[in-house]
Amino acid sequence: MNPHTSSEPIAGNDQSAWARLRSIRAPWVWSFAGAVLVWLAIAAIFGFGIAGNVAQTALTYGVFMVLVGLGQMLVITSGVGNIDLSVPSTIALAGVVGMHVMQGANAQIALGIAAALGVGVAVGLANYALIRLLRIPPIIATLSSSFIIQSVAITQGRQLPPPPPALGAFATGGFLHVPYIALVALVLSFALAVLLHRAVYGRRLSAIGQNSRAAWLAGVNVHRTRCLAYVLSSMIAALAALLLSAVSGGASLDMGVEYMLISIAVVVIGGTLVTGGKPTIAGVWGASMFLFLTNAVLNAVGADAGVRSIVYGVLIIAVTVAAGGKALR
Amino acid sequence: MTFAISQTRLRALLPAISLVAVLVPILVMQPAVMSYFGSNLLLNLAVPIVLATLAQLAIITVNDLDLSIGPFVSLVACIGATLLVRQPWLGVLALVGCVLAYAAVGALIELRQIPSIVVTLGLSFVWSGLSIVLLPSPGGTSPAWLGAAMSYQTPIVAAPIVWSVLIAIVGHLLLMRSSAGVRIRGAGGNPRAMRRFGWSLVRCKATLYGVAGVFGVLSGLSLLGLTTSADANLALRYTLLSIAAVILGGGEFIGGRVSVTGAVLGSITLTLAASFLAFLNISADWQVGMQGAILIVVLSLRVLLQRGERR
Repeated sequence: MNPHTSSEPIAGNDQSAWARLRSIRAPWVWSFAGAVLVWLAIAAIFGFGIAGNVAQTALTYGVFMVLVGLGQMLVITSGVGNIDLSVPSTIALAGVVGMHVMQGANAQIALGIAAALGVGVAVGLANYALIRLLRIPPIIATLSSSFIIQSVAITQGRQLPPPPPALGAFATGGFLHVPYIALVALVLSFALAVLLHRAVYGRRLSAIGQNSRAAWLAGVNVHRTRCLAYVLSSMIAALAALLLSAVSGGASLDMGVEYMLISIAVVVIGGTLVTGGKPTIAGVWGASMFLFLTNAVLNAVGADAGVRSIVYGVLIIAVTVAAGGKALR
Repeated sequence: MTFAISQTRLRALLPAISLVAVLVPILVMQPAVMSYFGSNLLLNLAVPIVLATLAQLAIITVNDLDLSIGPFVSLVACIGATLLVRQPWLGVLALVGCVLAYAAVGALIELRQIPSIVVTLGLSFVWSGLSIVLLPSPGGTSPAWLGAAMSYQTPIVAAPIVWSVLIAIVGHLLLMRSSAGVRIRGAGGNPRAMRRFGWSLVRCKATLYGVAGVFGVLSGLSLLGLTTSADANLALRYTLLSIAAVILGGGEFIGGRVSVTGAVLGSITLTLAASFLAFLNISADWQVGMQGAILIVVLSLRVLLQRGERR
């Protein structure tokens, strides 16, 4: 039923070990291997105690990269050219709205979460309306809408109440040394995995990502499927916004800025097909941990922001070049 | 009579129409804009944007997208404000190196068949990082000759207009009228046919990325000449501005369908739109949002007109 997830043996036994390794149908393995290698390097240099602390920090702060990455992954999977540049401004607006609705009171947390997720739904629908009705290319459409969202967030961003104490405690607390935030992301990842690999929606999303015309001819409602991808992406960004404001003791307008490029980077390094149709959730986790740990190492050896940025860039290019693209047709 | 206008004619006119749509309200509000001094002031920052747009256009011609042009322009400005002043030969060498790096990336993208968005995304991190290493805090000075060139006063018509028209003509002749230009556009329109014909796509892409690099360098230097100091974040918004300008100018993301004059008009429209907002006395909160709104309105204008063609 599900040829993509089964691990069928590779035909032809006379391949070299390298070729066999390369043809493993699990692109996420590489980013995980990278993350583990970097962590082992940290452990070797600084000792296991520090490496354990670093891993715990990664599970708190690296998780935000995972969250925004998961949303971006859905959009990128929905086909060539689809990309969501409105993630940072959605984070700003959802955080601001969430904090306002909660008013710092524990009793209103549920209402605040609903309001923030509502912002996510609205942003996703607006984005897709621009793409579909006005036929603006996604990259420009989500960019223009992000400008407007940013402005709305600025007007609402004054005199923000702090997050409710219960939410703050949740964001900084943990279960058996695993932060609750990481558990939230884990639950979300499992839900998405079921949605993508065991539900009809996932098959449809992959189909329109691989060839939207063929999918349309096969009876898939291309627009509804793609629209849902944008809505889910914005909702996940809204969730990330709530957790970010809770962890950092309040929402701020620029708390999402760095996640625009990062969200794309973790998707790509994780092994999701950039041309669409083939997502990997595990890859997003691996890539996020890899980038976070690399960043931690560079920080520890005293590299400044410029050097870290260069290393990030070279990593992204190297991974893309090594993975190669579609064969010539 | 409007029905007699052919589809291609309408498509070519669209950038001009959007320019007028932005220009007329400005003229109504501030008639002084028409004067030599007014137009100079208003369009001052257009020249680097026009050049960055043409860099983006070169890449969009082969169906790619350059997410790194903004950081690249910033990097060029940083090189200009530091190396080019202190050790001119080293600065020139660095700029040449940047252009060659661009061309190499183009070749790499074609050789490995990898998505340009991702590679240029990585490249944007690299350019930003290099800028920060070169110039950790805003500063530096513009070389004297650069400042002189950018503040040069042309007779009768303001310098930015003259520069833009010159750039448009040169770009148009190169891409639309020369045989090399036609071949390169073919690489975007039908790569398979080009390959069958025996023309090297790798060379094509390397050339276009190199051309983009050259325009990026020119954009960065002209920007530095105007601002007289540099900053690693100086031109980050150019990435999206340039893409929007190309699309506004009638370019398409696929099919090698681009227009140099349209792109130049598009970038001038976007420059004017920013000033337009300043004239409207909109509160600072909504400045960014209005930019987004204008972008949406102008782009939907294009769709409405295209729908009209079909009927």
